[in-house]
Amino acid sequence: MAVKVLIPTPLQKFTNNEATVEIGGDNIVGLLDTLESKFPGIKARLCDDKGELRRFVNFYVNSEDIRFLDGKETALNDGDEVSIVPAVAGG
Amino acid sequence: MTQAIDRPKTKTLQSSTFTNLKCRECGTTYDLGAKHVCEECFGPLEVAYDYDAIRRQVSRETIEAGPNSIWRYKAFLPVATDDPIDVGTGMTPLLKANRLARRLGLKELYIKNDAVNMPTLSFKDRVVSVALTRARELGFTTVSCASTGNLANSTAAIAAHAGLDCCVFIPSDLEAGKVLGTLIYDPTVMAVHGNYDQVNRLCSEVANTHGWGFVNINLRPYYSEGSKTLGFEVAEQLGWELPDHIVAPLASGSLYGKIYKGFNELVKTGLVDEKPVRFSGAQAEGCSPIYQAYKEGRDFITPVKPNTIAKSIAIGNPADGIYALDIAKKTNGNIEAVTDAEIIEGMKLLAETEGIFTETAGGTTIAVLKKLVEAGKINSDERTVAYITGNGLKTQEAVSGAAGEPLMIEPKLESFEHAWERANTLNRLDWQQTQV
Repeated sequence: MAVKVLIPTPLQKFTNNEATVEIGGDNIVGLLDTLESKFPGIKARLCDDKGELRRFVNFYVNSEDIRFLDGKETALNDGDEVSIVPAVAGG
Repeated sequence: MTQAIDRPKTKTLQSSTFTNLKCRECGTTYDLGAKHVCEECFGPLEVAYDYDAIRRQVSRETIEAGPNSIWRYKAFLPVATDDPIDVGTGMTPLLKANRLARRLGLKELYIKNDAVNMPTLSFKDRVVSVALTRARELGFTTVSCASTGNLANSTAAIAAHAGLDCCVFIPSDLEAGKVLGTLIYDPTVMAVHGNYDQVNRLCSEVANTHGWGFVNINLRPYYSEGSKTLGFEVAEQLGWELPDHIVAPLASGSLYGKIYKGFNELVKTGLVDEKPVRFSGAQAEGCSPIYQAYKEGRDFITPVKPNTIAKSIAIGNPADGIYALDIAKKTNGNIEAVTDAEIIEGMKLLAETEGIFTETAGGTTIAVLKKLVEAGKINSDERTVAYITGNGLKTQEAVSGAAGEPLMIEPKLESFEHAWERANTLNRLDWQQTQV
């Protein structure tokens, strides 16, 4: 199973400057672990010391903010698109 | 017109006063490029200044002798050039609103009237003038933005003036005036099937892959600084004094925070005396994530899906929401929300008492001002400033039907007299009704 992940500019140095990667994961928590195993160091940028998602990072699954879904537990299906977007934009 | 069309250049011998970008959360510093997010923690980057250098360069007199635009405060803005894009933005009227003050029960009320800001009739011209000047300095040839309407108007207009290519993104359901008011400048307009937050997310993704200068994304640290001029001008127009209380609309929360920063910078550089200023914020009930967090005593924002006529402030996922909460709390201010019906009443109240036709965001601000005064949360003797940030001619849909109809008559004296008598009778009935 693979989902497409859009990587924001500040994290592309972990992904060999790739803006999108295809990886597996049953939910957002699983996706973070897979990301970390493939691109060591990336998880610490996305999560704080307690493992919670940093407050200035937003995750979207198929364009929907995961805070309107099941948060970190939001399930992922084959072919889903996950977008990681800095929260600080707009206005 | 009292000013020449070829505006005088803002030539000065000043050196740059901004030093780097700094993360508001973890303090990591970065060079002065097109970057808005901390690589360590995703926190927002903010421009840092050398305030000693500013203090040496400016005085009340040098500012007053500067251009009649935001560029009189250039030492406080993050641009290096001596020749910024000056389209007459800023120095809008600070109107003493005596009739509205009496109606509400305030002794001293002022309206900062950015409904007549130039060139596109909203406060956005301030931030865009700064962003596009910086974009040019950084070598961008295409500029862009995610907008609820006003920002698209401003970016397209000022890009046209500066000869920059422009592509703007808006939600597809905006008011007709705001769409036309962008198209006329001939940018590429992407009308996205989705709300502003979805447009904003899309633009963050586009900013990753296209080398464009997005004024409110990768240029956001520079862009947002332009709103400080709303603080500077009010202090200067009050005779270099700070007010007691301000009321401003809250969308992303950026403007509110930058007015606060502007006041603080004037104190820091010795241009005004320090004094407490209370900051109150206004949201529409149909999109009030910052108000909800404030009311529930939370220090985090839960996003919402907007549903309000106040489209220009309909941001369900506000980037600076937590900072706005903090300012409201530490200044002993308030955050309040009002219904769409109250917003329309607010627009009418400002128009009928002060002759200012504002858009829905301004209606929100006036309605919240009224609510706070009635609740005793603004004292009658506080010198209060309400920030009106946009023009009502752009959101006519919101009040058409609520503002009455003209009396249709024949070109005959008799027809006029008949209608006049009828109008007066109706007015009298209205008056009697309000007395009951």
